[in-house]
Formats: sequence, structure tokens, C-alpha cells
Amino acid sequence: MAFNIIVLAKQVPDTRNVGKDAMKADGTVNRAALAAIFNPEDLNALEQALRIKEQFPGTKITMLTMGPGRAADILREGLFRGADDGVLLTDRAFAGADTLATSYALSMAAKKIGSYDIIISGRQAIDGDTAQVGPQIAEKLNIPQITYAEDIEKIENGKVRVKRRLEHGVEIVECPLPAVITVNGSAAPCRPRNAKLLQKYKHAKTITERQVEHIDYIDIYSSRPYLNLTEWSVADVNADPVQCGLSGSPTKVKKIENVVFQAKESKRLTDNDAEIDELMRELIENHTIG
Amino acid sequence: MNNIFVYLEIEEGIVADVSQELLTKGRSLANQLGCKLEAIAAGANLATVEQQVLPYGVDLLHIFNDERLSPYTTLPHTSILVQLFKEEKPQICLMGATIIGRDLGPRVSSALGSGLTADCTSLEIGDHEEKKAGKTYKDLLYQIRPAFGGNIVAWIVNPDHRPQMATVREGVMKKEILDPNYKGEVIDHQVNDYVKEEDYVLTIIDRHIEKSKVNIKNSPIIVSGGYGVGSKENFDLLYKLADVLGAEVGASRAAVDAGFAEHERQVGQTGVTVRPKVYIACGISGQIQHIAGMQESSIIISINNDPNAPINAIADYVITGEIERVIPKMIKHYKGNTK
Ligand SMILES: Cc1cc2nc3c(=O)[nH]c(=O)nc-3n(C[C@H](O)[C@H](O)[C@H](O)COP(=O)(O)OP(=O)(O)OC[C@H]3O[C@@H](n4cnc5c(N)ncnc54)[C@H](O)[C@@H]3O)c2cc1C
Ligand SMILES: Nc1ncnc2c1ncn2[C@@H]1O[C@H](COP(=O)(O)O)[C@@H](O)[C@H]1O
Repeated sequence: MAFNIIVLAKQVPDTRNVGKDAMKADGTVNRAALAAIFNPEDLNALEQALRIKEQFPGTKITMLTMGPGRAADILREGLFRGADDGVLLTDRAFAGADTLATSYALSMAAKKIGSYDIIISGRQAIDGDTAQVGPQIAEKLNIPQITYAEDIEKIENGKVRVKRRLEHGVEIVECPLPAVITVNGSAAPCRPRNAKLLQKYKHAKTITERQVEHIDYIDIYSSRPYLNLTEWSVADVNADPVQCGLSGSPTKVKKIENVVFQAKESKRLTDNDAEIDELMRELIENHTIG
Repeated sequence: MNNIFVYLEIEEGIVADVSQELLTKGRSLANQLGCKLEAIAAGANLATVEQQVLPYGVDLLHIFNDERLSPYTTLPHTSILVQLFKEEKPQICLMGATIIGRDLGPRVSSALGSGLTADCTSLEIGDHEEKKAGKTYKDLLYQIRPAFGGNIVAWIVNPDHRPQMATVREGVMKKEILDPNYKGEVIDHQVNDYVKEEDYVLTIIDRHIEKSKVNIKNSPIIVSGGYGVGSKENFDLLYKLADVLGAEVGASRAAVDAGFAEHERQVGQTGVTVRPKVYIACGISGQIQHIAGMQESSIIISINNDPNAPINAIADYVITGEIERVIPKMIKHYKGNTK
């Protein structure tokens, strides 16, 4: 048995390490000052796919990402870890997409890839923390979903069994394939890059990258077809442009605000006994504590 | 028609806190908009749901009672909401930003082509102008949420698509009974008119729900520790202080990540939102994601060896010093003054 797996991965600004320079004076985010990284939970998703591939030789993992040209980095990172193929969905018309328009575009790309058994995504992307794209794709493809997955335990008789992490416990569920599975950060971490695969795929490029980089070893792309990363536009995936990008997004950002907190007039103390004694007495007397 | 709907999360017949909080919010939004508040209960063992929720000012409670709807699975609940919304055309739908709400909300929004905003921290009604299209919209739902890891706050609107959907975390809104004798109507729906047999594709093989032992949300006093506490052993100091004060122990994410405290104790944007009478922040620097979850505490005491820790700006009392020295003294002088 072998499966076709699509792993959804997004390139995101590293919002976990936002320094002072990352905020502009007007309170908006200076995206340029933030490193672009592989969305952390999408690495957990990839690891689950790689484990299936180990268990079922012949399984094919296709990385799928939507984003600007530089998001091809994500596809290479996937190949370095054991994925087989990469698709970059990129087009001006995809820009400004909210989760609904994103899920529409990705579901059209999944249809074009075709014959998928499992679509695995991260639970959520750290730039928005919405966790919406996975379930929205499942709905558009009319297949079941299993969210908050921590471990894909087994695949048997056309069914997948998954352990989910709930707020206060765990749940083991089973559903028929094809299905969408979104993977939690508590799942196994992704293995590192593999040195051999790094060598094999370091020149993997999309057509646009090849054109802008004037690569002189261009002939390697005809002799080694696995170095060609697929690049698709709105038209390539037969998507309706109106449902893509800004025009396909029901949610609009009305405004962005800086985060401000009401500063208080505070009473300053040191750790000397008299001051702490005084504080405790005050808090007890005004019934704050005690 | 065009009312506000709240999806009720129900475990063993009990409506979740987050759903009750949303009913209170939904009621106030409905008053502002001059529409009705409706609630949806899908599950089994729903006999007391009516008593539980009508007092929040629910005008219409939709019941979908079927053994197979409990525990929650995605597709049957999706089918119920999608069809009910096609019939009822709500203007707003609210659900908890819980594992269930974040599983169900996007599925429903995708089926209806309506916008969904996750993890809102505030919901307001207001007008909106689309300058380019030269259109103005009256009485939209402003869905306000932190974005970019909590570094900014975004105001989101859904001008053209209904329902306007939003999820909200537990503890963000306040629950308040409106009237214990509130008169609302109850409709018992035929589940089979909404759910297809194929919707029951997912089987739950096993389920372990552990009742959470810690309840920091409802504690009037919280002693909260950050990375500056330094170790799990040092956290014992916080437990001792909490013990004498009758408090619960909270933690920052850095402290949780470092293994000093359990995840259930995490306060902040990705943890619990708390508003205790007293919040004692020990060795917490006060990054926005933490402050977002405790800024409404009535009195904030910060203990930090850095006189310029950001949290000090919102604190009522700032004690500059090492927690190892300060906390034992607080215990000593608390005891000294209560005897
Ligand atoms: C998307 C996202 C969500 C997040 N959600 C949350 C959340 O829900 N909750 C949360 O808390 N964080 C959250 N964070 C993390 C947050 O940004 C901070 O990293 C975290 O709050 C820092 O924790 P801290 O204050 O304990 O640690 P630090 O920032 O390391 O601060 C330690 C403090 O201890 C003081 N200190 C050191 N030694 C001593 C001593 N001996 N005595 C007294 N003081 C001492 C230091 O001066 C310093 O002020 C989130 C981040 C992101 C990106
Ligand atoms: N532009 C994208 N390209 C590929 N995958 C995406 C994209 N946006 C979201 N995803 C996937 O959907 C998951 C949830 O994203 P979100 O709903 O934005 O939190 C992510 O972890 C990714 O796996």
C-alpha cells in the first residue's frame, strides 16, 4: 500500500521574535524586519507525513504552499527532509487573501494535484493564529477532517486512526480516507534536514527562480527533472479569480491599532522589611487580601 | 430573521462557561441591534439546557437531540448549522474559540462562504465605509483581535457576507444572568431533517477527559510566576505564598515552556484570561501577550529585580527586588499582621 499525501506549509514572518524595530512608528508591522520561517506546526505536519512514507514505501509527499516567489524556500525545506515534490501557488490575484480565499485557492490546487489520500496541514499559522484553513479546505473538498492531531496512529482498510489533543484530555478517532488532518504543535517534532537530500535538492527551483537567477547550469533541469518545482497561477488551477485574493475574502481589515496599555500611577517599594510589612498591612486593612 | 445565534458547547448536559459568556455578549449586541438572541444546542442529554440558558436572555433555543450528536463530531454539527443558517439567515454567529469551536466554525464558514474571525478579544457594533466602492454599511460587527503574535490589534469586518462569524476564548467576555425568569421559546428540531447518514463517518474510538484540577480563572487572588522565578523548586515559594493568601498559582508562557508550571496555569493571550482582585506577578517581564490576559485585574503587584520591567507600568505596587527575598518576607508579614 502506498498513499498520496499533500502537506500544506506556509512561510510566515517569525512573530515569536518581534523586536522593537519590527514595529513601525505608526504601529504597523514592518514585515521586512521579520525573518521568514517555515510555520512551526507545518513542520509537525510534515513529520507525520514522513512517518507514513516510512511505513508505506512508495508513498508520495507533495508540499503545497501559496505565497510570493520566495515561499519556494518552504518547498525546498520539505524536500531536504524527505518530501518528493513541491508546488508553489503564486499569482498577484492571490494577494490579500483571508483564510476563506486561501482555502479556496489551496483546494483548487489540491484538485489539480488530484488523487490525494491525505492532506496534512499545521493546526495554525503563527502570523494569524486562526486555525481555519485546514477545516475550510476539507469542506471545499467535501471530505472529513481531523483537527488537533497529535499522532497519526495507523492507516488500515482505507481508514486513518488519529490521536487528538483536546483541552483536557485526548481522543482517538477514526475516519475513512481521503481526509484532511491538522497537526498540533504537541506532535512529534520534525526531523532535521538530511545531508544527502540537501545535496540532491539544493538547486531545486521554480521556473521564475530559474529565470531571474540566470543560472548557467540550466541544463541540469532537463537532465534532472526532480529539480523542477511546480509553479501554478490562478489559471493553472482553474480557479475563479473573483473567489481568490482580496476579492474572494469576506473579511476586511477595518483598521490596525498599536497595543497600548493604561499606565498606572504605581507605588514603589524595595524589599526592606518595614516597607513590605507596611504593604501587607495596607492590603489587609483595605480588605484586598485576608 | 437576521438574529444573533450562539452555538452552545455542551459536555454531559452542561453548557460550557464560554458559551454562557457568549450569551451575555450576544444579549447585549442583540439589544443594540434591536434583534433577537437565539441559541443552538446539539447533542444528547439536553433536558436542562433550557433552564441553563434562557436566563441569559435567550429568545429562541433550537434543540437538536440525538445520541449520535454527542460527543461532538465535525460533520453532523456542521450540517445542522449550515442548514439552520440557510433557513434562519442570522446576521451574527458566535462560538467559543475552543477546540470544538475552532473545528466547527471554519467548516461552517467555508460551506456558507461567510467570513470568520478567530479569537476575538472584543466585539462591538458600528458603521463601516468602503471608500473604494463608495459604500457605507450600518451596524456591522467589529471583530477585534490581536494579530501578529499579539503585537498589534486588528479590527475586522464582514461587510457583504452573512452571518458575521466570530470565535472568542473562554474568560474574555463576562457572563451575567439577565433574568432568572426570562421567557424564551424552545424549538425541538427533527435531527434527521438536518443530518445525513454519511455525516456520521467519524468514529470516536476512545476518549479521556480529565477534569482540570487547577481553576485559576475563578480565583480572586493569583500569585503568578515568570521565567524570573528561575526554577521549578523556586515556584514552591509561590505555592507557599498562595497557600497563606488562599490564592491560585498562575504562570507566564516562558515559565510554562521552561517546565516550571503546568500549561493550565498559563495566563495570557494563548492561556487563560483572568481578572482577579489581586494579581501578584513574580519575575514576569510583562510582554503584551501576558498583559493581554491579566490587565483587568483590580490590583496588580509586580515583584521584579529590574526596576524598569514593562509590567511595572501597569502595576499598582512595584516591589524592586529578588523574589527569593521578597516572597518569604511577604509571607512573614502577612502572618504577622493577621494574628
Ligand atoms: C503568539 C504568542 C502568544 C503568546 N502567548 C503568551 C501567553 O499567553 N502568556 C504569556 O505569558 N506569554 C505569551 N507569549 C510569550 C511572551 O511574548 C513572553 O515571551 C513571555 O510572557 C515572557 O515571560 P516572562 O515574563 O516570564 O519571561 P521574561 O520575559 O524572560 O522575564 C523574566 C523577568 O523576570 C525578572 N527576574 C529575573 N530574575 C529575577 C529574580 N530573581 N527576582 C525577580 N525578578 C527576576 C526579569 O527582570 C524579567 O523581567 C506569547 C508569545 C507569542 C509570540
Ligand atoms: N498560504 C498557505 N500555503 C500553504 N498552506 C497554508 C497557507 N495558509 C495556511 N496554510 C495551512 O493551513 C494551516 C492553518 O493556517 P491558518 O488557518 O492561517 O492558521 C497552516 O498551518 C498551513 O498548514
